[in-house]
Amino acid sequence: MSLSEDEVRHVAALARLALDDDEIAALTPQLADILAYAAEVGAVATDDVAPMTHPLGLEDVTRPDVPGERLPADAVLAAAPDRVGDRFGVPRIVEEDA
Amino acid sequence: MSAWETVVGLEVHVELSTATKMWCGCPTTFGDAPNTNVCPVCSGQPGALPVPNARAVHDATLLGLALGGTIAPRCRFHRKNYFYPDLAKNYQISQYDVPLVSDGVLEVEVERDGELVLETVRIERLHMEEDTGKSLHLGATGRLHGADRSAIDYNRSGVPLLEIVSRPDVRDPETAQAYLRELQAIVRTLGVSDARMEEGSIRCDANVSVRRPGEPLGTRCEIKNLNSVRSLGRAIAHEAARQIAVLEDGGSIVMETRHWDEDAGVTRTLRRKETVTDYRYFPDPDLVEVTTSPRRVAEVRAELPELPAAARARLVAAGVPRAQAATVLGGGMLALLDAAVAAGAPAPAAANWLAGEVTGWLAAEGVALADAGLTGTHVAELVAMVEEGAVSATQAKQVLAGVLEDRGAAGPRAVAEARGLSQLRDEGELARVVAEVVAANPDAVAAVRDGNDRAIGALVGQVMRATGGSADPRRTNELLRAAIGS
Repeated sequence: MSLSEDEVRHVAALARLALDDDEIAALTPQLADILAYAAEVGAVATDDVAPMTHPLGLEDVTRPDVPGERLPADAVLAAAPDRVGDRFGVPRIVEEDA
Repeated sequence: MSAWETVVGLEVHVELSTATKMWCGCPTTFGDAPNTNVCPVCSGQPGALPVPNARAVHDATLLGLALGGTIAPRCRFHRKNYFYPDLAKNYQISQYDVPLVSDGVLEVEVERDGELVLETVRIERLHMEEDTGKSLHLGATGRLHGADRSAIDYNRSGVPLLEIVSRPDVRDPETAQAYLRELQAIVRTLGVSDARMEEGSIRCDANVSVRRPGEPLGTRCEIKNLNSVRSLGRAIAHEAARQIAVLEDGGSIVMETRHWDEDAGVTRTLRRKETVTDYRYFPDPDLVEVTTSPRRVAEVRAELPELPAAARARLVAAGVPRAQAATVLGGGMLALLDAAVAAGAPAPAAANWLAGEVTGWLAAEGVALADAGLTGTHVAELVAMVEEGAVSATQAKQVLAGVLEDRGAAGPRAVAEARGLSQLRDEGELARVVAEVVAANPDAVAAVRDGNDRAIGALVGQVMRATGGSADPRRTNELLRAAIGS
Protein backbone atom coordinates (compact mmCIF):
# COMPACT_ATOMS: atom_id res chain seq x y z
CA MET A 1 0.00 0.00 0.00
CA SER A 2 1.67 3.21 -1.06
CA LEU A 3 0.56 6.48 0.44
CA SER A 4 1.89 9.96 -0.29
CA GLU A 5 2.57 12.59 2.35
CA ASP A 6 0.04 14.84 0.61
CA GLU A 7 -2.65 12.20 1.05
CA VAL A 8 -1.85 11.99 4.75
CA ARG A 9 -1.99 15.79 4.99
CA HIS A 10 -5.39 15.76 3.29
CA VAL A 11 -6.77 13.09 5.62
CA ALA A 12 -5.32 14.88 8.65
CA ALA A 13 -6.97 18.13 7.55
CA LEU A 14 -10.33 16.38 7.17
CA ALA A 15 -9.95 15.00 10.70
CA ARG A 16 -8.91 18.44 12.01
CA LEU A 17 -5.48 17.13 13.08
CA ALA A 18 -2.70 19.71 13.07
CA LEU A 19 0.43 17.72 12.14
CA ASP A 20 3.84 19.22 11.44
CA ASP A 21 6.18 17.99 8.71
CA ASP A 22 8.12 15.67 11.05
CA GLU A 23 4.90 14.03 12.20
CA ILE A 24 3.68 13.66 8.62
CA ALA A 25 6.99 12.03 7.66
CA ALA A 26 6.80 9.63 10.62
CA LEU A 27 3.10 8.79 10.23
CA THR A 28 3.00 8.24 6.48
CA PRO A 29 4.80 4.86 6.49
CA GLN A 30 2.93 3.80 9.66
CA LEU A 31 -0.44 4.53 8.12
CA ALA A 32 0.65 2.79 4.91
CA ASP A 33 1.55 -0.32 6.95
CA ILE A 34 -1.81 -0.28 8.72
CA LEU A 35 -3.67 -0.01 5.41
CA ALA A 36 -1.57 -2.81 3.91
CA TYR A 37 -2.41 -5.01 6.87
CA ALA A 38 -6.11 -4.26 6.53
CA ALA A 39 -5.88 -4.94 2.79
CA GLU A 40 -4.89 -8.56 3.50
CA VAL A 41 -8.59 -9.20 4.09
CA GLY A 42 -9.03 -8.63 0.37
CA ALA A 43 -7.02 -11.79 -0.36
CA VAL A 44 -9.87 -13.93 0.97
CA ALA A 45 -12.33 -15.02 -1.72
CA THR A 46 -15.69 -13.48 -0.79
CA ASP A 47 -17.50 -13.43 -4.13
CA ASP A 48 -20.28 -15.62 -2.76
CA VAL A 49 -20.57 -13.86 0.60
CA ALA A 50 -23.03 -10.99 1.02
CA PRO A 51 -21.47 -7.95 2.69
CA MET A 52 -22.17 -7.83 6.38
CA THR A 53 -23.68 -4.49 7.32
CA HIS A 54 -24.01 -5.15 11.01
CA PRO A 55 -22.38 -7.67 13.34
CA LEU A 56 -25.59 -8.44 15.23
CA GLY A 57 -27.64 -9.53 12.23
CA LEU A 58 -30.49 -7.24 13.24
CA GLU A 59 -32.75 -5.31 10.88
CA ASP A 60 -35.71 -2.96 11.16
CA VAL A 61 -35.04 -1.70 14.64
CA THR A 62 -37.34 1.30 14.94
CA ARG A 63 -39.27 3.15 17.62
CA PRO A 64 -42.82 4.52 17.64
CA ASP A 65 -43.28 8.25 17.04
CA VAL A 66 -43.87 9.01 20.72
CA PRO A 67 -42.17 11.82 22.65
CA GLY A 68 -39.53 10.77 25.16
CA GLU A 69 -37.35 12.34 27.78
CA ARG A 70 -35.51 15.58 27.08
CA LEU A 71 -32.64 17.27 28.87
CA PRO A 72 -33.12 20.59 30.67
CA ALA A 73 -31.71 23.40 28.50
CA ASP A 74 -29.20 24.30 31.22
CA ALA A 75 -27.84 20.75 31.26
CA VAL A 76 -27.49 20.83 27.48
CA LEU A 77 -25.71 24.17 27.59
CA ALA A 78 -23.50 23.24 30.57
CA ALA A 79 -21.00 21.63 28.21
CA ALA A 80 -20.94 24.55 25.79
CA PRO A 81 -17.48 26.09 25.45
CA ASP A 82 -19.21 29.37 24.67
CA ARG A 83 -22.75 30.44 25.32
CA VAL A 84 -24.83 33.15 23.66
CA GLY A 85 -27.96 33.43 25.77
CA ASP A 86 -29.71 30.06 25.42
CA ARG A 87 -27.67 29.10 22.39
CA PHE A 88 -24.26 27.58 21.74
CA GLY A 89 -21.76 30.23 20.68
CA VAL A 90 -19.65 28.98 17.77
CA PRO A 91 -17.13 30.50 15.40
CA ARG A 92 -18.89 32.23 12.59
CA ILE A 93 -20.32 29.90 9.98
CA VAL A 94 -19.49 31.21 6.55
CA GLU A 95 -20.74 28.13 4.81
CA GLU A 96 -23.94 26.25 5.23
CA ASP A 97 -24.94 22.73 4.47
CA ALA A 98 -27.84 20.37 4.92
CA MET B 1 -24.64 30.94 -33.04
CA SER B 2 -27.40 28.86 -31.47
CA ALA B 3 -29.17 29.97 -28.30
CA TRP B 4 -28.20 28.74 -24.86
CA GLU B 5 -30.17 26.12 -23.01
CA THR B 6 -30.56 26.31 -19.23
CA VAL B 7 -30.34 22.97 -17.41
CA VAL B 8 -31.59 22.70 -13.84
CA GLY B 9 -31.71 19.88 -11.30
CA LEU B 10 -33.50 20.47 -8.03
CA GLU B 11 -32.78 19.24 -4.53
CA VAL B 12 -35.76 19.65 -2.27
CA HIS B 13 -35.62 19.07 1.47
CA VAL B 14 -38.87 18.32 3.24
CA GLU B 15 -39.14 18.33 7.03
CA LEU B 16 -41.58 15.65 8.10
CA SER B 17 -44.30 16.67 10.53
CA THR B 18 -43.78 13.69 12.82
CA ALA B 19 -44.28 14.28 16.54
CA THR B 20 -40.67 13.38 17.31
CA LYS B 21 -37.24 13.57 15.74
CA MET B 22 -35.67 11.03 13.39
CA TRP B 23 -33.46 9.23 15.92
CA CYS B 24 -34.82 10.23 19.32
CA GLY B 25 -38.04 11.12 21.11
CA CYS B 26 -37.50 14.89 21.23
CA PRO B 27 -40.48 16.91 19.96
CA THR B 28 -40.22 18.61 16.59
CA THR B 29 -42.29 21.67 17.53
CA PHE B 30 -41.35 24.81 15.62
CA GLY B 31 -40.60 27.95 17.60
CA ASP B 32 -39.96 26.54 21.09
CA ALA B 33 -37.37 28.21 23.37
CA PRO B 34 -33.81 27.43 22.15
CA ASN B 35 -32.23 24.10 23.16
CA THR B 36 -35.27 22.84 25.06
CA ASN B 37 -36.07 19.96 22.66
CA VAL B 38 -32.71 18.30 23.03
CA CYS B 39 -31.50 14.98 24.47
CA PRO B 40 -28.24 13.02 24.53
CA VAL B 41 -28.88 11.62 21.02
CA CYS B 42 -29.53 14.89 19.15
CA SER B 43 -26.86 16.79 21.07
CA GLY B 44 -24.27 14.20 20.04
CA GLN B 45 -23.29 12.87 23.46
CA PRO B 46 -20.78 10.00 23.30
CA GLY B 47 -22.46 6.61 23.49
CA ALA B 48 -25.97 7.88 22.78
CA LEU B 49 -27.61 5.62 20.21
CA PRO B 50 -30.00 6.67 17.44
CA VAL B 51 -33.16 4.63 16.73
CA PRO B 52 -35.13 5.43 13.55
CA ASN B 53 -38.64 6.84 13.85
CA ALA B 54 -41.03 4.27 12.35
CA ARG B 55 -43.47 7.01 11.32
CA ALA B 56 -40.73 8.84 9.41
CA VAL B 57 -39.82 5.68 7.49
CA HIS B 58 -43.51 5.18 6.71
CA ASP B 59 -43.97 8.79 5.55
CA ALA B 60 -40.88 8.61 3.34
CA THR B 61 -42.21 5.40 1.79
CA LEU B 62 -45.61 7.00 1.21
CA LEU B 63 -44.10 10.03 -0.52
CA GLY B 64 -41.82 7.79 -2.56
CA LEU B 65 -44.83 5.85 -3.82
CA ALA B 66 -46.76 9.07 -4.52
CA LEU B 67 -43.84 10.10 -6.73
CA GLY B 68 -43.99 6.80 -8.58
CA GLY B 69 -40.68 5.64 -7.16
CA THR B 70 -39.28 2.20 -6.45
CA ILE B 71 -38.85 1.34 -2.78
CA ALA B 72 -35.57 -0.38 -1.97
CA PRO B 73 -36.13 -3.84 -0.43
CA ARG B 74 -33.18 -3.08 1.86
CA CYS B 75 -31.47 0.21 2.57
CA ARG B 76 -29.20 1.60 5.22
CA PHE B 77 -27.91 4.81 6.73
CA HIS B 78 -24.52 6.40 6.19
CA ARG B 79 -22.58 9.00 8.10
CA LYS B 80 -21.78 12.11 6.12
CA ASN B 81 -18.82 13.61 7.93
CA TYR B 82 -18.28 17.33 8.17
CA PHE B 83 -17.25 19.86 10.75
CA TYR B 84 -19.91 22.54 10.84
CA PRO B 85 -21.29 22.96 14.34
CA ASP B 86 -24.92 22.86 13.16
CA LEU B 87 -24.82 19.14 14.01
CA ALA B 88 -23.19 18.29 17.30
CA LYS B 89 -22.03 14.83 16.17
CA ASN B 90 -19.71 16.15 13.44
CA TYR B 91 -21.66 14.06 10.98
CA GLN B 92 -25.12 13.94 9.51
CA ILE B 93 -26.88 10.61 9.29
CA SER B 94 -28.07 10.31 5.72
CA GLN B 95 -28.37 7.68 2.99
CA TYR B 96 -25.75 7.19 0.34
CA ASP B 97 -25.38 4.21 -1.98
CA VAL B 98 -28.90 2.82 -1.54
CA PRO B 99 -31.60 5.44 -0.94
CA LEU B 100 -35.05 4.37 0.26
CA VAL B 101 -36.62 5.49 -3.03
CA SER B 102 -35.26 5.66 -6.55
CA ASP B 103 -36.55 6.48 -10.04
CA GLY B 104 -39.65 8.54 -9.43
CA VAL B 105 -41.30 11.04 -11.71
CA LEU B 106 -43.28 14.24 -11.32
CA GLU B 107 -45.45 15.74 -14.03
CA VAL B 108 -46.08 19.44 -13.74
CA GLU B 109 -48.25 21.90 -15.63
CA VAL B 110 -46.44 24.93 -16.95
CA GLU B 111 -48.08 27.84 -18.71
CA ARG B 112 -46.22 28.71 -21.89
CA ASP B 113 -47.50 31.28 -24.39
CA GLY B 114 -50.91 31.14 -22.76
CA GLU B 115 -51.14 27.36 -23.03
CA LEU B 116 -50.72 24.75 -20.34
CA VAL B 117 -47.95 22.32 -21.17
CA LEU B 118 -47.24 19.12 -19.26
CA GLU B 119 -43.55 18.80 -18.34
CA THR B 120 -42.04 15.60 -16.96
CA VAL B 121 -39.30 15.85 -14.36
CA ARG B 122 -37.67 12.57 -13.40
CA ILE B 123 -36.71 12.03 -9.79
CA GLU B 124 -33.40 10.32 -9.23
CA ARG B 125 -33.81 9.50 -5.57
CA LEU B 126 -35.50 10.26 -2.29
CA HIS B 127 -33.57 9.55 0.85
CA MET B 128 -34.00 9.91 4.60
CA GLU B 129 -31.73 12.08 6.70
CA GLU B 130 -31.84 14.49 9.62
CA ASP B 131 -32.09 18.24 9.78
CA THR B 132 -29.37 20.38 11.32
CA GLY B 133 -29.56 22.80 14.22
CA LYS B 134 -30.55 26.35 13.44
CA SER B 135 -27.76 28.91 13.28
CA LEU B 136 -28.32 32.48 14.23
CA HIS B 137 -25.71 34.65 12.58
CA LEU B 138 -24.62 37.50 14.77
CA GLY B 139 -23.19 40.51 13.08
CA ALA B 140 -23.96 43.97 11.94
CA THR B 141 -26.65 42.89 9.50
CA GLY B 142 -27.84 39.75 11.27
CA ARG B 143 -27.39 37.95 7.97
CA LEU B 144 -24.96 35.38 6.72
CA HIS B 145 -22.75 37.90 4.96
CA GLY B 146 -20.85 39.92 7.50
CA ALA B 147 -21.55 37.72 10.52
CA ASP B 148 -18.60 37.28 12.88
CA ARG B 149 -20.10 34.79 15.31
CA SER B 150 -22.91 32.26 15.16
CA ALA B 151 -25.22 30.90 17.83
CA ILE B 152 -26.79 27.46 17.57
CA ASP B 153 -30.13 26.11 18.69
CA TYR B 154 -30.25 22.30 18.46
CA ASN B 155 -34.06 22.05 18.64
CA ARG B 156 -34.17 21.36 14.89
CA SER B 157 -31.16 19.05 15.02
CA GLY B 158 -32.36 15.54 14.13
CA VAL B 159 -35.79 16.49 12.79
CA PRO B 160 -36.67 13.96 10.05
CA LEU B 161 -35.74 15.32 6.67
CA LEU B 162 -36.33 13.89 3.22
CA GLU B 163 -34.10 14.91 0.35
CA ILE B 164 -35.67 14.62 -3.08
CA VAL B 165 -33.21 14.90 -5.94
CA SER B 166 -34.48 15.48 -9.46
CA ARG B 167 -32.66 14.63 -12.66
CA PRO B 168 -31.46 17.66 -14.62
CA ASP B 169 -34.71 17.72 -16.61
CA VAL B 170 -35.79 21.28 -15.85
CA ARG B 171 -35.16 23.80 -18.63
CA ASP B 172 -36.62 27.04 -17.34
CA PRO B 173 -37.53 28.89 -14.13
CA GLU B 174 -41.26 28.31 -14.62
CA THR B 175 -40.91 24.52 -14.66
CA ALA B 176 -38.74 24.67 -11.53
CA GLN B 177 -41.39 26.73 -9.77
CA ALA B 178 -44.19 24.41 -10.90
CA TYR B 179 -42.17 21.40 -9.68
CA LEU B 180 -41.68 22.90 -6.24
CA ARG B 181 -45.35 23.90 -5.97
CA GLU B 182 -46.49 20.44 -7.07
CA LEU B 183 -44.21 18.75 -4.55
CA GLN B 184 -45.55 21.08 -1.88
CA ALA B 185 -49.13 20.16 -2.84
CA ILE B 186 -48.31 16.43 -2.77
CA VAL B 187 -46.68 16.39 0.67
CA ARG B 188 -49.58 18.44 2.05
CA THR B 189 -52.11 16.09 0.49
CA LEU B 190 -50.29 13.15 2.05
CA GLY B 191 -50.13 15.02 5.36
CA VAL B 192 -46.44 14.21 5.80
CA SER B 193 -45.29 17.84 6.07
CA ASP B 194 -46.81 21.30 6.30
CA ALA B 195 -44.25 22.30 3.65
CA ARG B 196 -44.02 25.97 4.68
CA MET B 197 -41.15 27.66 2.90
CA GLU B 198 -41.18 30.60 5.30
CA GLU B 199 -40.65 28.23 8.24
CA GLY B 200 -38.11 26.19 6.33
CA SER B 201 -40.15 22.98 6.42
CA ILE B 202 -39.64 22.75 2.67
CA ARG B 203 -36.42 24.07 1.15
CA CYS B 204 -35.02 24.01 -2.34
CA ASP B 205 -31.55 24.20 -3.84
CA ALA B 206 -31.04 24.46 -7.59
CA ASN B 207 -28.15 23.04 -9.61
CA VAL B 208 -27.90 25.33 -12.62
CA SER B 209 -25.78 25.00 -15.75
CA VAL B 210 -26.04 26.19 -19.34
CA ARG B 211 -25.08 24.59 -22.64
CA ARG B 212 -25.69 24.78 -26.35
CA PRO B 213 -28.63 22.47 -27.15
CA GLY B 214 -27.43 18.94 -27.83
CA GLU B 215 -24.07 19.44 -26.14
CA PRO B 216 -23.00 17.60 -22.96
CA LEU B 217 -24.01 19.16 -19.62
CA GLY B 218 -22.08 22.26 -18.64
CA THR B 219 -20.37 22.84 -15.29
CA ARG B 220 -23.00 23.47 -12.66
CA CYS B 221 -23.34 25.77 -9.71
CA GLU B 222 -25.51 24.98 -6.74
CA ILE B 223 -27.74 27.85 -5.65
CA LYS B 224 -28.76 27.97 -2.01
CA ASN B 225 -30.87 30.26 0.18
CA LEU B 226 -33.97 30.10 -1.98
CA ASN B 227 -36.67 31.10 0.46
CA SER B 228 -39.71 31.25 -1.77
CA VAL B 229 -41.05 29.88 -5.02
CA ARG B 230 -40.51 33.34 -6.43
CA SER B 231 -36.83 33.50 -5.43
CA LEU B 232 -36.31 30.04 -6.96
CA GLY B 233 -37.44 31.40 -10.33
CA ARG B 234 -35.51 34.66 -10.04
CA ALA B 235 -32.32 32.91 -8.93
CA ILE B 236 -32.36 30.43 -11.82
CA ALA B 237 -32.95 33.21 -14.36
CA HIS B 238 -30.14 35.30 -12.87
CA GLU B 239 -27.67 32.43 -12.54
CA ALA B 240 -28.22 31.23 -16.12
CA ALA B 241 -27.69 34.78 -17.39
CA ARG B 242 -24.51 35.09 -15.30
CA GLN B 243 -23.08 31.83 -16.65
CA ILE B 244 -23.95 32.74 -20.25
CA ALA B 245 -22.20 36.11 -19.82
CA VAL B 246 -19.08 34.41 -18.43
CA LEU B 247 -18.98 31.85 -21.25
CA GLU B 248 -19.65 34.36 -24.01
CA ASP B 249 -16.83 36.42 -22.57
CA GLY B 250 -14.52 33.44 -23.14
CA GLY B 251 -14.44 32.46 -19.46
CA SER B 252 -15.32 29.18 -17.80
CA ILE B 253 -17.67 28.21 -14.99
CA VAL B 254 -16.19 27.02 -11.71
CA MET B 255 -18.17 24.35 -9.87
CA GLU B 256 -19.21 26.00 -6.62
CA THR B 257 -22.02 26.75 -4.23
CA ARG B 258 -23.59 30.19 -4.61
CA HIS B 259 -25.81 32.05 -2.23
CA TRP B 260 -28.92 33.83 -3.52
CA ASP B 261 -29.14 37.39 -2.26
CA GLU B 262 -32.85 38.19 -2.47
CA ASP B 263 -32.46 41.94 -1.92
CA ALA B 264 -29.71 42.43 -4.47
CA GLY B 265 -31.21 39.86 -6.86
CA VAL B 266 -27.85 38.18 -7.48
CA THR B 267 -26.02 34.96 -6.60
CA ARG B 268 -22.66 35.15 -4.80
CA THR B 269 -19.87 32.64 -4.27
CA LEU B 270 -20.31 30.74 -1.01
CA ARG B 271 -17.71 28.00 -1.27
CA ARG B 272 -16.08 25.70 -3.74
CA LYS B 273 -17.98 22.45 -4.10
CA GLU B 274 -16.39 19.78 -1.96
CA THR B 275 -15.84 16.52 -3.74
CA VAL B 276 -18.07 13.66 -2.67
CA THR B 277 -15.23 11.72 -1.08
CA ASP B 278 -14.44 14.57 1.29
CA TYR B 279 -17.58 13.70 3.25
CA ARG B 280 -16.12 10.23 3.86
CA TYR B 281 -19.49 8.50 3.82
CA PHE B 282 -19.51 5.16 5.58
CA PRO B 283 -22.32 2.93 6.90
CA ASP B 284 -23.39 4.06 10.36
CA PRO B 285 -22.56 1.15 12.69
CA ASP B 286 -25.17 2.43 15.18
CA LEU B 287 -28.03 1.70 12.77
CA VAL B 288 -29.24 -1.48 11.11
CA GLU B 289 -30.81 -1.97 7.71
CA VAL B 290 -34.37 -0.95 6.92
CA THR B 291 -36.25 -3.53 4.90
CA THR B 292 -39.46 -3.04 2.93
CA SER B 293 -41.21 -6.17 1.68
CA PRO B 294 -43.46 -6.15 -1.41
CA ARG B 295 -46.33 -6.72 1.01
CA ARG B 296 -45.38 -3.63 3.01
CA VAL B 297 -45.16 -1.62 -0.23
CA ALA B 298 -48.70 -2.76 -1.11
CA GLU B 299 -49.95 -1.79 2.35
CA VAL B 300 -48.52 1.71 2.15
CA ARG B 301 -49.64 2.12 -1.45
CA ALA B 302 -53.19 1.36 -0.35
CA GLU B 303 -53.02 4.42 1.93
CA LEU B 304 -52.34 6.81 -0.96
CA PRO B 305 -55.08 9.44 -1.20
CA GLU B 306 -56.15 11.10 -4.42
CA LEU B 307 -53.06 13.01 -5.56
CA PRO B 308 -53.14 16.66 -6.65
CA ALA B 309 -52.86 15.93 -10.38
CA ALA B 310 -55.90 13.64 -10.27
CA ALA B 311 -57.81 16.01 -8.02
CA ARG B 312 -57.02 18.93 -10.34
CA ALA B 313 -58.32 17.02 -13.33
CA ARG B 314 -61.48 16.15 -11.40
CA LEU B 315 -62.11 19.77 -10.36
CA VAL B 316 -61.51 21.11 -13.86
CA ALA B 317 -63.96 18.52 -15.19
CA ALA B 318 -66.48 19.81 -12.62
CA GLY B 319 -66.17 23.31 -14.04
CA VAL B 320 -63.63 24.86 -11.65
CA PRO B 321 -61.17 27.19 -13.43
CA ARG B 322 -57.62 25.79 -13.48
CA ALA B 323 -56.09 28.63 -11.50
CA GLN B 324 -58.66 28.22 -8.73
CA ALA B 325 -58.22 24.45 -8.70
CA ALA B 326 -54.49 25.02 -8.20
CA THR B 327 -55.10 27.47 -5.36
CA VAL B 328 -57.53 25.10 -3.63
CA LEU B 329 -55.07 22.21 -3.88
CA GLY B 330 -52.02 24.29 -3.00
CA GLY B 331 -53.83 25.58 0.08
CA GLY B 332 -54.82 22.10 1.26
CA MET B 333 -58.51 22.95 0.82
CA LEU B 334 -59.59 19.97 -1.29
CA ALA B 335 -61.28 18.17 1.59
CA LEU B 336 -63.16 21.35 2.45
CA LEU B 337 -64.25 21.80 -1.16
CA ASP B 338 -65.42 18.19 -1.36
CA ALA B 339 -67.35 18.66 1.90
CA ALA B 340 -68.98 21.82 0.52
CA VAL B 341 -70.01 19.97 -2.64
CA ALA B 342 -71.33 17.09 -0.54
CA ALA B 343 -73.38 19.67 1.40
CA GLY B 344 -74.97 20.85 -1.83
CA ALA B 345 -72.75 23.61 -3.23
CA PRO B 346 -71.86 23.60 -6.93
CA ALA B 347 -68.08 22.99 -7.18
CA PRO B 348 -67.29 26.19 -9.16
CA ALA B 349 -69.10 28.44 -6.66
CA ALA B 350 -67.50 26.75 -3.65
CA ALA B 351 -64.03 26.83 -5.28
CA ASN B 352 -64.52 30.52 -6.04
CA TRP B 353 -65.06 31.27 -2.35
CA LEU B 354 -62.18 29.08 -1.19
CA ALA B 355 -59.63 30.28 -3.75
CA GLY B 356 -60.73 33.91 -3.38
CA GLU B 357 -62.11 35.29 -0.13
CA VAL B 358 -61.11 32.43 2.16
CA THR B 359 -57.51 32.25 0.88
CA GLY B 360 -57.24 36.03 1.08
CA TRP B 361 -58.60 36.21 4.62
CA LEU B 362 -56.29 33.41 5.88
CA ALA B 363 -53.25 35.11 4.36
CA ALA B 364 -54.19 38.56 5.65
CA GLU B 365 -54.92 37.31 9.17
CA GLY B 366 -52.06 34.79 9.27
CA VAL B 367 -54.44 32.02 10.32
CA ALA B 368 -53.94 28.40 9.24
CA LEU B 369 -56.89 26.76 7.49
CA ALA B 370 -57.01 24.05 10.15
CA ASP B 371 -57.47 26.70 12.85
CA ALA B 372 -60.13 28.71 11.00
CA GLY B 373 -63.00 26.39 11.93
CA LEU B 374 -64.51 26.62 8.48
CA THR B 375 -66.56 23.61 7.39
CA GLY B 376 -67.96 22.44 4.07
CA THR B 377 -71.46 23.09 5.45
CA HIS B 378 -70.50 26.74 6.10
CA VAL B 379 -69.30 27.16 2.53
CA ALA B 380 -72.39 25.47 1.08
CA GLU B 381 -74.66 27.64 3.24
CA LEU B 382 -72.90 30.79 2.07
CA VAL B 383 -73.20 29.75 -1.57
CA ALA B 384 -76.91 29.02 -1.06
CA MET B 385 -77.52 32.38 0.64
CA VAL B 386 -76.04 34.26 -2.31
CA GLU B 387 -77.88 32.03 -4.78
CA GLU B 388 -81.27 32.62 -3.18
CA GLY B 389 -80.59 36.34 -2.75
CA ALA B 390 -80.66 36.30 1.05
CA VAL B 391 -77.51 38.42 1.08
CA SER B 392 -75.76 40.53 -1.56
CA ALA B 393 -72.28 39.60 -2.75
CA THR B 394 -70.81 42.35 -0.58
CA GLN B 395 -72.71 41.16 2.45
CA ALA B 396 -71.71 37.56 1.79
CA LYS B 397 -68.06 38.59 2.18
CA GLN B 398 -68.88 40.21 5.50
CA VAL B 399 -70.73 37.07 6.56
CA LEU B 400 -67.74 34.92 5.66
CA ALA B 401 -65.38 37.20 7.57
CA GLY B 402 -67.73 36.90 10.55
CA VAL B 403 -67.69 33.12 10.39
CA LEU B 404 -63.89 33.09 10.20
CA GLU B 405 -63.43 35.69 12.94
CA ASP B 406 -65.44 33.48 15.29
CA ARG B 407 -63.45 30.44 14.07
CA GLY B 408 -66.61 28.76 12.83
CA ALA B 409 -68.47 29.02 16.13
CA ALA B 410 -71.51 30.29 14.21
CA GLY B 411 -72.58 29.40 10.67
CA PRO B 412 -73.25 31.96 7.90
CA ARG B 413 -77.02 32.23 8.51
CA ALA B 414 -76.49 32.79 12.23
CA VAL B 415 -73.76 35.38 11.56
CA ALA B 416 -75.95 37.19 9.00
CA GLU B 417 -78.80 37.32 11.47
CA ALA B 418 -76.62 38.41 14.38
CA ARG B 419 -75.08 41.19 12.29
CA GLY B 420 -78.31 42.22 10.61
CA LEU B 421 -77.01 41.40 7.16
CA SER B 422 -79.76 40.73 4.66
CA GLN B 423 -80.29 41.78 1.11
CA LEU B 424 -82.66 44.68 0.59
CA ARG B 425 -85.70 42.95 -0.88
CA ASP B 426 -88.21 45.71 -0.39
CA GLU B 427 -88.63 46.84 -4.00
CA GLY B 428 -90.31 50.05 -2.87
CA GLU B 429 -87.41 50.92 -0.60
CA LEU B 430 -84.86 50.14 -3.31
CA ALA B 431 -86.83 52.18 -5.87
CA ARG B 432 -86.86 55.11 -3.44
CA VAL B 433 -83.07 54.99 -3.02
CA VAL B 434 -82.62 54.68 -6.79
CA ALA B 435 -84.82 57.74 -7.36
CA GLU B 436 -82.77 59.73 -4.82
CA VAL B 437 -79.48 58.75 -6.43
CA VAL B 438 -80.77 59.62 -9.91
CA ALA B 439 -81.98 63.01 -8.67
CA ALA B 440 -78.69 63.77 -6.94
CA ASN B 441 -76.42 62.88 -9.88
CA PRO B 442 -77.65 64.68 -13.02
CA ASP B 443 -74.21 64.55 -14.68
CA ALA B 444 -73.85 60.78 -14.34
CA VAL B 445 -77.45 60.31 -15.46
CA ALA B 446 -76.78 62.42 -18.55
CA ALA B 447 -73.67 60.41 -19.26
CA VAL B 448 -75.64 57.16 -19.10
CA ARG B 449 -78.22 58.62 -21.46
CA ASP B 450 -75.34 59.51 -23.84
CA GLY B 451 -74.44 55.84 -23.89
CA ASN B 452 -71.55 55.95 -21.40
CA ASP B 453 -72.05 52.55 -19.82
CA ARG B 454 -69.37 53.06 -17.20
CA ALA B 455 -71.31 55.87 -15.60
CA ILE B 456 -74.01 53.42 -14.52
CA GLY B 457 -71.40 51.64 -12.42
CA ALA B 458 -70.85 54.80 -10.39
CA LEU B 459 -74.59 55.09 -9.78
CA VAL B 460 -74.85 51.44 -8.72
CA GLY B 461 -72.00 52.14 -6.32
CA GLN B 462 -73.92 55.07 -4.83
CA VAL B 463 -76.99 52.91 -4.29
CA MET B 464 -74.85 50.22 -2.67
CA ARG B 465 -73.33 52.80 -0.33
CA ALA B 466 -76.72 54.25 0.55
CA THR B 467 -78.04 50.79 1.41
CA GLY B 468 -74.99 49.66 3.33
CA GLY B 469 -74.18 47.10 0.65
CA SER B 470 -77.52 45.34 1.06
CA ALA B 471 -78.91 46.06 -2.41
CA ASP B 472 -78.80 43.47 -5.16
CA PRO B 473 -76.45 45.01 -7.76
CA ARG B 474 -78.24 43.40 -10.70
CA ARG B 475 -81.70 44.55 -9.61
CA THR B 476 -80.27 48.01 -8.81
CA ASN B 477 -78.86 48.18 -12.31
CA GLU B 478 -82.25 47.31 -13.78
CA LEU B 479 -84.10 49.86 -11.66
CA LEU B 480 -81.54 52.56 -12.48
CA ARG B 481 -81.86 51.97 -16.21
CA ALA B 482 -85.66 52.03 -15.91
CA ALA B 483 -85.55 55.28 -13.94
CA ILE B 484 -83.13 56.95 -16.36
CA GLY B 485 -84.98 55.54 -19.32
CA SER B 486 -81.79 54.48 -21.09
